[in-house]
Amino acid sequence: MKRRFSLFSLMVAAGFGLAVVGSAGAADKAIKIATQSPLSGDQSVVGVDIKRGAELALEQLGGPLAEMGFKVDLAPFDDMANPDTGVANAKRIVADPAILAVVGHYNSGVQIPSSEVYHTSQLANVSPANTNPKVTTRGYMEVNRIVGRDDVQGVVGADFAKMKGVKTVFVVHDKTAYGQGIAEFFRKKAEENGIKVFGFEGTEEKANFDALLSPVVAGNPDMVYFGGMAFQAAVLFKQARERGYEGIFMSDDGFDSSDAAKIAGGTLISGGGTFYSTVSGPASVYAGTKKFIEDFKAKYNADPQPFAAQGFDSMAISLKAIENAAKANNNEVPSREAVTKAVRELKDFQGITGSFTFNEIGDPEKALYFVIQVKDADAAKWSMNEVVQTLEIAPPK
Amino acid sequence: MSSFSFKDAFDKVNQGPLPYLIVFAHIVTGTLLVYFQPRSNLAFLVLMSSFLSLYFFNTSNRFKITAAVVMTLLIMPILGVRNIFYLEVIFQISVFAALALGLNIVVGFAGLLDLGYVAFYAVGAYLWAFFGSQQFFVLPYAPGTQPSDLPFLLAGDFFYLFMMLGVIVAAMTGILLGLPVLRVRGDYLAIVTLGFGEVIRVLANNLDKPLNFTNGPQGITPIQRPSMPDWVVDWFNTIFGPLVGHEVNTSHMYNLWFYILALMVIMVIVFVTKRLDDSAMGRAWTAVREDETAAIAQGIPLVKTKLSAFAVGASFAGIMGVLLAASRTFISPESFSFMQSIGVLSMVILGGSGSIPGVILGAATITILNLQVLQGFSLYLNELRQSDAIIPIINFAWSDLSTQLDPAKYQRLLFGLILILMMIFRPQGLIPAKRRERKLALEKTE
Amino acid sequence: MKGFLKYVNVTEIVRPIGQLLAFSCGSAVVMSAIAIGIALMLDKTAVGVDLLDRYNVSVYTYTMINLPQVVIDGLTIGFVYAAIALGYTMVYGVLEFINFAHSEIFAVGAFVGVELLIALDSSGMLAGASLGMAYSYLILAILMGMLAAGGLAMTVERVAYRPLRGASRLVPLISAIGVSFFLQDVIRLVESLTTGQFNRIMPTFGNFDQRIVFGKFAMGTSNITLGISVKSIVVIVSAVLMLVALNYLVNATRIGKAIRAVAQDRNTASLMGINVNRIISTTFLVGGMLGGAAGVLYALKFTRIDPFVGFFPGLKAFTAAVLGGIGNLTGALLGGIVLGMLETFAGSYMGIFTMGAAGSEYKDIFAFSILILVLIFRPQGLMGKNVGQKA
Repeated sequence: MKRRFSLFSLMVAAGFGLAVVGSAGAADKAIKIATQSPLSGDQSVVGVDIKRGAELALEQLGGPLAEMGFKVDLAPFDDMANPDTGVANAKRIVADPAILAVVGHYNSGVQIPSSEVYHTSQLANVSPANTNPKVTTRGYMEVNRIVGRDDVQGVVGADFAKMKGVKTVFVVHDKTAYGQGIAEFFRKKAEENGIKVFGFEGTEEKANFDALLSPVVAGNPDMVYFGGMAFQAAVLFKQARERGYEGIFMSDDGFDSSDAAKIAGGTLISGGGTFYSTVSGPASVYAGTKKFIEDFKAKYNADPQPFAAQGFDSMAISLKAIENAAKANNNEVPSREAVTKAVRELKDFQGITGSFTFNEIGDPEKALYFVIQVKDADAAKWSMNEVVQTLEIAPPK
Repeated sequence: MSSFSFKDAFDKVNQGPLPYLIVFAHIVTGTLLVYFQPRSNLAFLVLMSSFLSLYFFNTSNRFKITAAVVMTLLIMPILGVRNIFYLEVIFQISVFAALALGLNIVVGFAGLLDLGYVAFYAVGAYLWAFFGSQQFFVLPYAPGTQPSDLPFLLAGDFFYLFMMLGVIVAAMTGILLGLPVLRVRGDYLAIVTLGFGEVIRVLANNLDKPLNFTNGPQGITPIQRPSMPDWVVDWFNTIFGPLVGHEVNTSHMYNLWFYILALMVIMVIVFVTKRLDDSAMGRAWTAVREDETAAIAQGIPLVKTKLSAFAVGASFAGIMGVLLAASRTFISPESFSFMQSIGVLSMVILGGSGSIPGVILGAATITILNLQVLQGFSLYLNELRQSDAIIPIINFAWSDLSTQLDPAKYQRLLFGLILILMMIFRPQGLIPAKRRERKLALEKTE
Repeated sequence: MKGFLKYVNVTEIVRPIGQLLAFSCGSAVVMSAIAIGIALMLDKTAVGVDLLDRYNVSVYTYTMINLPQVVIDGLTIGFVYAAIALGYTMVYGVLEFINFAHSEIFAVGAFVGVELLIALDSSGMLAGASLGMAYSYLILAILMGMLAAGGLAMTVERVAYRPLRGASRLVPLISAIGVSFFLQDVIRLVESLTTGQFNRIMPTFGNFDQRIVFGKFAMGTSNITLGISVKSIVVIVSAVLMLVALNYLVNATRIGKAIRAVAQDRNTASLMGINVNRIISTTFLVGGMLGGAAGVLYALKFTRIDPFVGFFPGLKAFTAAVLGGIGNLTGALLGGIVLGMLETFAGSYMGIFTMGAAGSEYKDIFAFSILILVLIFRPQGLMGKNVGQKA
């Protein structure tokens, strides 16, 4: 009968644990902004930094709302990169009336089903990282994103390749919705631009690219394009150089991490050099970026990963929208619907990764895209990378 | 020692009319708590734990069944639509309970460790995702590049047919996998099934070329749901509207409907499992589990026995996959990672492998831990961190607590600990299977 | 010299090296033959036309010119798998139990080695190190990795497996899966509390990144360089040393004899005065040390590690062990080499042979399909003895 005892003691213990959790009181005019990103598992490396970026923004930009008498808290949720958890969290978020906006997600695969839930209660969602066209093409009022779409960024890359006089290209992607999405549109546009695509390969491999590199090196294309994240791309690029490949490397905004230089070092500079497209401008264009990187390092003792700055901006937009909606509501807590509207009504909001005005489906109107060249093998000098091309592109409707 | 005195006290209470009173009070308290505190985790746990007292206290079967039906079909739905997060929690509990019951047949009854169980779940989910969406017309397009105005292949109401088909297709997949691998011994089998799980996930991730069957990592959306007539929503609103307190919309009704479907599947599974367990097949499974060599010597056809366990277990996962695809309207390979398989296995092990109530308890515990307790605790820590509070005795400011210590981030650590500790201290699970006791009882009556 | 040789069993050193050579050459020849055969068949088909259009070369020429490099790559990864597989096979041989946590023990080894080198790097000792010093540092890192991983493996055995000895087969396996998941997050927790980083990157030092070029072949419009990087040679040499040392330990020493005795019959062994618990601990220590060394080598070869780095190499190595016949040291070597070759051949040629319909993303599936096939026709693995159904 020990079993019953242990069962009940378990229950009692859980009960006490939750008594604490349940009783967290609410002051009046207390509002919350939720983040949803993978905080556990192997995608947590990016997910945690999205949360940290948002946390930092709340800390630095929460002033105006605090002056108006609001107490703004961050409610970070872990979606585990899993749609089930994301949806459950979304329902929990929706059920908490204090939450007025959601910053998230990292995976489009989680964002799409979760935002169906936000949609049912008109809760504003600013996405820092979801590039899948379907995120916004559903036309939900609540859903906005501050990153470029796959079908834009891939095009930027392909147009840049054409400008560089690239005749042949080998496309590799990481088999995630993000990487493959960009790579598909890169291929499509590259073919339209008259560039010969030697190969189009996806790989979940993170370490050993030897096998994949055989057909790459054999064709000796002018450019190798990688759709995916820096920690994978840099390993591939390094191994390709070691195999004697001398052409151009190109990647997307997932490549914008000093980890790339740590991994690949000088191999990024040699040969045809390494380029990446991004909406997140360098310090020379957006002064805020440099300060953000410094503050981030000071607070978390780590370099920001890709999308951390976008996490910061998503939070900044949410804060501004809540502020505007609150002002319109006599400094009282605004409704979710009002906040959702306020996000769309923002005009030329100056963030650290760009200036944002959302179009009627929630894509940034005319985003600025930069193509940046890696200039130094030293990871500490990552922010000195040079802009080689700036493009202003409106997203497809 | 304390456990003995506890047992005595429990036995004293657990007789006569008193248990009825306690269970009734528990349910009513839980219901009222959740009704008036719709966002309190504690209240929800009190309510959920009333299932435990219903199970453990000595009441008549009729009372148990009536109470369970009232709880699952009346109280839960009403409280669920009041706070749709709870509806999601109980929906996921029922989904995972069904999955765990299916895996329980393979692991608990037949003793075959299957580490790739979500593969069958994926088969079911992709089956309906393909036929119940526009995917058929997306075949020639690369993922992401298709036009958005494609027609749907089948109407949403085919969903019910595909629940049946899901059973058949998943069972066939189980047999196809089982035929070659079931000749191998237990631990080889574990690793082959692990590999198979990965193969299915990789296939789902890669079958977007040359023909785009699965849309690759971007996943398939929108997937259709069966139709929900307006009168159902109206009807629900008229009857329960006053209790719920707000207008229930179609999307909430869908949540409810899928929850009820999942419950029905669970009932079928429990029924089938019980019947199978009492049948010659069930005895064969047990024999194979306990001692393969002896089982062969007894003339039990080894491969056929194992295969049937595999097929039955797989079919339950298949039907839940179809259900999942429709309820989420979105499916991507991320839902079918190895982590999911381990999650379901943890449920079976925690609850008690081979025990139906145990497995359900395991599914409920882990789902609640995952969705409510860990996240809730992390949020609470985060609130403390943002406040000026300090830990009284050691004078430690909460705001200095590292965010690295958030419990929600360490789900794997928790699963791992559960598996290790259960294996060392309680390998039979929280509610162990009652096989032996019942066998003795049967012998007496015979 | 003669006196020294009396104590050294030379056969036990020569034999495994001979086996390694034979396996490497054998699998290379078989795989090459298959690849060439397929290439010849496809030469005149649409595949050939497609390749001619893109690379301006026939399928046959393409296959032939790439072949030496593919073999070298396959061998390199094969030796890595073999080194990890030894850890699985050691433990299985003695306890008949899959140490699922071996992949995390491997990861811990990698982390300890990389952290040590990062610390050396940030103190400026790596940057100016002479070649000799660079190799000493690497050896130091490998030794530290081995120590940490070996210690951890012993601890895990003591805490999570020993209490379960004698329980049914699935019980320790499930516990091992638990340990595996537990350790993944523990590594992550420790890393995030101390360094705050998720990815850890092997510093660049010494001459490991250099590539020794054997020759260049003109192919179509491009040149194929055949070569091998220094770090690959380091990996292969270390792996061979480890294999030989382990083989010697098991087959030619007293401890090895005790290990074999425990593996054959635990009860009888204990009656013979062998301390079974100590031997099992030793087995885990040795297996863990091999795993740890493999971890550091893996980090050297592939530069980047993270807390979940162990899972896939672990799974592959396990597949290799089963392929070769688990519990059999020679089998683990063979399995590792065969698997590495298969994977590299599939990854290198499938994309070309299928006109891009199924490229290197299917190489893992390939590995698992082969595993399933082998298990159907030879359930005991390529080199395992048929022990029959033992519950």
